[in-house]
Amino acid sequence: MSRPDKFIVDGKRLDGRLPDQLRPIKIEVDVLKRADGSCYIEMGKNKVVAAVYGPREAFPRHIQDPSKVVVRYRYNMAPFSVEERKRPGPDRRSVEISKVSKEAFETIIMKELFPRSVVDIFVEVLQADAGSRTACINAASVALVDAGIPVKGMLTSVAVAKVDGTLVLDPMKEEDNFGDADMPFAFLIRGGKIESIALLQMDGRMTKAEIKDAIALAKKGAMEIYNLQREAIMKQFVEEEE
Amino acid sequence: MPEDILVDIKKDYVLAKLREGERIDGRKFDEFRKVEVKVGVIEKAEGSALVKLGNTQVVVGIKMQPGEPFPDTPDKGIIIVNAELVPLASPTFEPGPPDETSVELARVVDRGIRESEAVDLSRLCIEVGKNVWMVFVDIHALDDDGNLLDASAIASISALMNTKIPASRFGLGEDYELPINDLPISVTSLVVGDKFLIDPSRDELSVGNSTLTVSVDRNDNIVAMQKSGDYLLSEALLEEIIEASIGAAKKLREEIIKQISKS
Repeated sequence: MSRPDKFIVDGKRLDGRLPDQLRPIKIEVDVLKRADGSCYIEMGKNKVVAAVYGPREAFPRHIQDPSKVVVRYRYNMAPFSVEERKRPGPDRRSVEISKVSKEAFETIIMKELFPRSVVDIFVEVLQADAGSRTACINAASVALVDAGIPVKGMLTSVAVAKVDGTLVLDPMKEEDNFGDADMPFAFLIRGGKIESIALLQMDGRMTKAEIKDAIALAKKGAMEIYNLQREAIMKQFVEEEE
Repeated sequence: MPEDILVDIKKDYVLAKLREGERIDGRKFDEFRKVEVKVGVIEKAEGSALVKLGNTQVVVGIKMQPGEPFPDTPDKGIIIVNAELVPLASPTFEPGPPDETSVELARVVDRGIRESEAVDLSRLCIEVGKNVWMVFVDIHALDDDGNLLDASAIASISALMNTKIPASRFGLGEDYELPINDLPISVTSLVVGDKFLIDPSRDELSVGNSTLTVSVDRNDNIVAMQKSGDYLLSEALLEEIIEASIGAAKKLREEIIKQISKS
């Protein structure tokens, strides 16, 4: 892949999207039999599957916390998920993504309800195309609900990038690789409203004013994704009742 | 157990002071601890720096060697940041492979340096597609009295500014100085409710590990951010922290330049 000369031509991005447009999203709930909760999401070319196990007894026992549940999050990329084969197992990038994602989920899970237990969230990236961490959080969030784990709200994640001086929502590979900045978010959405920021990272170069605009753009995208997450969950539970 | 009780006592003290609008060591909310930078402390390294931020101490050494470039950047040098939180630095650090904290620390320091383009990687090419300079930034924590991250970032950029490329050792001409374009500053704030404390000490961190790191380049651009810890951040507080971080970075940068030019 080489750097495109221009990222935006006639107001449209390389894949034909407008700057504030998401990639197509597909969400399926309860796709795995063994897991307590699961979800499959496609965000553009990203294909990820999330599974939630628990609350279950925490092992090894020394990780148990008598006052609250322990949350574990494992972000893992399949070796075939990217152009050049990824060596299996955690690398530094996955370790960092797992850490900040885990912390984001710790803010929404009602941890005090399940002392000495663990909630395991496993996300597998089957295909990656920029924004895989955001797709994984969106999937994990739905899987948590599917598992029936009490949460304060939904986590919805989306990134904003800067290309050719323009802010774009939900960047694809080219925009992520060659853009001037990338800023992934996850928001806590409660009662249909964005309440606060649960995950925030940034690399690149942005002014203070651009960051403000990026937050506004991310919030717009997050609300759209949230509606799809909600729809998928509703459909799942209505079907179950019938 | 006695350690836990102490932490609780400290926590209450920090919070009580905070309610009075003060910090336990009398600093302003946007004030770094006293910083001391000494460069060139390790002669065997291509560049080095020892940084003290209050009682927190970090030494960074730079080693360089020629190597193969990444396929997607055949004409650019490579920079690799690694952090070791050795057990000497804190009773809570354990020997073994880097855990998630040290991986995160190294990656956030890396981002500040990389995204501000502090090191001019395009001038580290020896032969396109075949041979480029690899810059290894190794962070060695000596004493963790809080905010190792910012201390590591200061030590890393200071060591890079002190680096001479060892060209003669590899038969590549005369040694020359590593080309540096910027001096990014990483500013970490501890978030406590709707307040924040820049450059938290270990005692202050007894209230929790909810932090936000903002890296700022010399033109007041934000080049990296990382929210760390299980807490929820409001948009208003985020903007406030960014604003304060830009100001604090400016002051600290001036101080570092003053100290390096003296030594």
